[in-house]
Amino acid sequence: MDKNTITKLTLIQTIKALENKKFSEEELNKAYLERAAKINPKLNAIIISKKNYCGIPAAIKDVISTKGIRTTAGSKILSNFIPPYNATVVNKLIDQGVSIIGKTNCDEFAMGGSGENSSFGSTKNPWNLNKVPGGSSSGSAAAVAADLCVFALGSDTGGSIRQPASLCSVVGLKPTYGRVSRYGLIPMASSLDSIGPMTKSVEDAALVLGWISGSDSYDANCSSADFLLQPCKLQTGIKGLKVGIPKEYFEKGLDPKVKSVIKEAIQKLEELGAEIIEISLPHSKYALAIYYIIVSSEISSNMARYDGIRYGLSRQDLGQEVKRRIMLGTFALSSGYWDDYYAQAAKARTLIKQDFDKAFKQVDVIAGPVSPTTAWNLGEKIDDPLKMYLSDIYTISANLAGIPGLSVPCGFSENLPVGLQILGKQWDEETILRVGYAYEQSTNWHREKPKI
Amino acid sequence: MSKLKYEPVIGLEVHAELNTKSKMFCRCSSDYFGKKPNTHTCPVCLGLPGALPFINKQAIEKCIKIGLALGCKVSEKSLFERKNYFYPDLPKGYQISQYRWPLCINGQIMLDSGEAVRINRVHQEEDTAKLTHQLRTQNLKSKTQKCSFIDFNRSGVPLVEIVTEPDFKDVESVRDYAKKLQQLFRYLDVSSADMERGEMRLEANVSVRPEGTKSLPGYRIELKNINSFKFTVAAIEYEIKRQITAIESRKKLSQETRGWDDDKKCTYLQRSKEEAHDYRYFPEPDLPELKMDRLKVMIDNSRKNMPELPWSKQSRFVSSYGIKKTDAKILAETKDLAEFFEEAIKQGKESGINAGEIANYIVNKKPDIDSAQATQIIRKLKEKNVGVIEDEKELEKLAKQVIKDNTKAVLDYKKGKEAAMQVLIGSVMKLSLGKADISKIKPILEKILKVKP
Repeated sequence: MDKNTITKLTLIQTIKALENKKFSEEELNKAYLERAAKINPKLNAIIISKKNYCGIPAAIKDVISTKGIRTTAGSKILSNFIPPYNATVVNKLIDQGVSIIGKTNCDEFAMGGSGENSSFGSTKNPWNLNKVPGGSSSGSAAAVAADLCVFALGSDTGGSIRQPASLCSVVGLKPTYGRVSRYGLIPMASSLDSIGPMTKSVEDAALVLGWISGSDSYDANCSSADFLLQPCKLQTGIKGLKVGIPKEYFEKGLDPKVKSVIKEAIQKLEELGAEIIEISLPHSKYALAIYYIIVSSEISSNMARYDGIRYGLSRQDLGQEVKRRIMLGTFALSSGYWDDYYAQAAKARTLIKQDFDKAFKQVDVIAGPVSPTTAWNLGEKIDDPLKMYLSDIYTISANLAGIPGLSVPCGFSENLPVGLQILGKQWDEETILRVGYAYEQSTNWHREKPKI
Repeated sequence: MSKLKYEPVIGLEVHAELNTKSKMFCRCSSDYFGKKPNTHTCPVCLGLPGALPFINKQAIEKCIKIGLALGCKVSEKSLFERKNYFYPDLPKGYQISQYRWPLCINGQIMLDSGEAVRINRVHQEEDTAKLTHQLRTQNLKSKTQKCSFIDFNRSGVPLVEIVTEPDFKDVESVRDYAKKLQQLFRYLDVSSADMERGEMRLEANVSVRPEGTKSLPGYRIELKNINSFKFTVAAIEYEIKRQITAIESRKKLSQETRGWDDDKKCTYLQRSKEEAHDYRYFPEPDLPELKMDRLKVMIDNSRKNMPELPWSKQSRFVSSYGIKKTDAKILAETKDLAEFFEEAIKQGKESGINAGEIANYIVNKKPDIDSAQATQIIRKLKEKNVGVIEDEKELEKLAKQVIKDNTKAVLDYKKGKEAAMQVLIGSVMKLSLGKADISKIKPILEKILKVKP
């Protein structure tokens, strides 16, 4: 098999080809290493590369701890940090015969939605090098889209897997909070962070989730339930399935061109036999405010360890966005403000959860856009944090509620990818994957590759 | 006009390191004392990026045990929070502690004075790393430099904090309370509570008010970071005097944290109210709430396995063995000694040696209970009884002498006071230098006293 074909294969296809001896693990790795060496300089997706000649080459977002491999979280402050331990997900992948081809670029400590907050330079969108790839799992999305790895891991606190997946036309799955161990994930906001797969197909995402999920006696919030999805279950179709369309996700702010792509995708679901039902998530308008109070509060505490004593550089060297969030969070937690901010946000967070609980009594999944726009120009929003925050508007609610969400490629607007978001009940990744799979198999969007 | 009298108002915070196998949130050994620095560490207790805490169940069990022994209620809702502050010995930049939702609340302990001290809370947290400051010379040419070293072996060792209401009125009660807690920790086998090793630490909040006032003063002085019990007590004593003097000279006292300067024998200002930390507590997102359904099992187990507490043991010794209260206190001081005493009583029964004799022996001779066995004590007591005067005539002689010398006791006895007989028996023993056969004295005395008009 020629090298260009090898790197186009999905994870499942790769495993089958290896089993059928279509190529060796060495050939597989060489094909990816060669391609990465050629393409990565244009994208800046992988910031630390490793040479392996066996295993299935995957890329790991650089907020995930890898033993003996520099782990920077996209920050200058950790530029020389070599962890003495592996994240649980890394150990689980190694057990499955996965090798690490590289650590991927991301916004500093995963704070950002464009990749531009990385201390190591922006990642470029493979579909248009002048555009952002989305963030914060920018490098992982770009690496999968450009076939620099078989699959990648990302992390999602407010949309950081789904949004770049959408902007780069790959599959991105944010699992239920607690489905995957966070041990070894350099935290942004501990009560919202989820690690998840970024893949070339929905089936791949299901497989990788099976690999990385399950109990971990190092993460007290991690569920002991293993996720195991039989391919046949994925393929049962969506006839009669109730798909909720939240009206709040189609109001002002959604790019009309993106809107029409999403509407088309929803129509496709209807054609496949799903019942489309308009629903309401009435507290959506508060999500952004709740999110930034809780996120900033947790960040202000999580970032305290970089005090200049242990990791070299001092907090002075952190980027603007990180500093902004530390300041916001410190304020929100201060005595006298706690009741008005953190406590209030925590209460309102349960309203967001209740919105979903109510909706899921009515429907099986919820579908809508991932991002209000397609990829924007590098530098376009960097000086306007509020504008940047608004690009997470459809994704953050899932993190606040702890539910799973999937982004599936669903078309293009002006040659830039658009992703369809499918949200599910807590612990019910199975159904959203089923919907994603049915949609994917009936369309060709996932076969489109960027010309790079 | 008579001068106003003042009374101190003191509240205490005691920290005790639990003797669990592993640390509070990781698997490192918590037995750190005297170990090579930074050998009991892992990503969790070093606070490395990405590491997460995992609750040590054994620690929670021990915390509940302490709470229950102090008459506390285990809270329906309990969770960990982060206490955020900067210090080089705190690798995460926050301590995992409890604040709004402590594990155990509302207990009480009785002091020897008969006064009760209310326990506000018993909560679980983790210890910090240990800082050592030294003067070091790098090489011959370089100047001596101040160096600080951090040993993370102590980082994350489980710590229980016990907070009282401001119920202490003097230093004596503080001492008594601290001693009682220490004794309790050891009885419950939850902490070695060695103050020298820092396994038990004391912080005090001190203020004074005019005697008879009910309301709390509008300020309080926190005595903190004092590394020995002795110094804390000295600091409290100093503070009481300092504050009374200040009030009498109409100086306004305000909230502050003070330390102890042992060279100058005085307290000194560490932090004023304006500089007070804002710890920005918030629920620890890395840990789940402590749920009652899971705690229930621990509470039941704790209740079932609760040992007899020192104070109950003490009063039982008095009531069941008829020994002196002061002896009972000594014998109940440690669980081991109490067990030794009761074992000796069991053994002694067969040899006709009574509890009083055994108590006397243990209290006075202080046998090393780690090496000695209860049977040995009994043997010794029996041996003492060898060379015993058993000869009736000899005993009669002694008895007559005693009767002659103790006219009051004899009179009392004749009036029907049984206790007087004990006095006479005791006197015979004394006169015989303990050699008289105690079992024969009573009938002989009775015989003589009956005969004698």
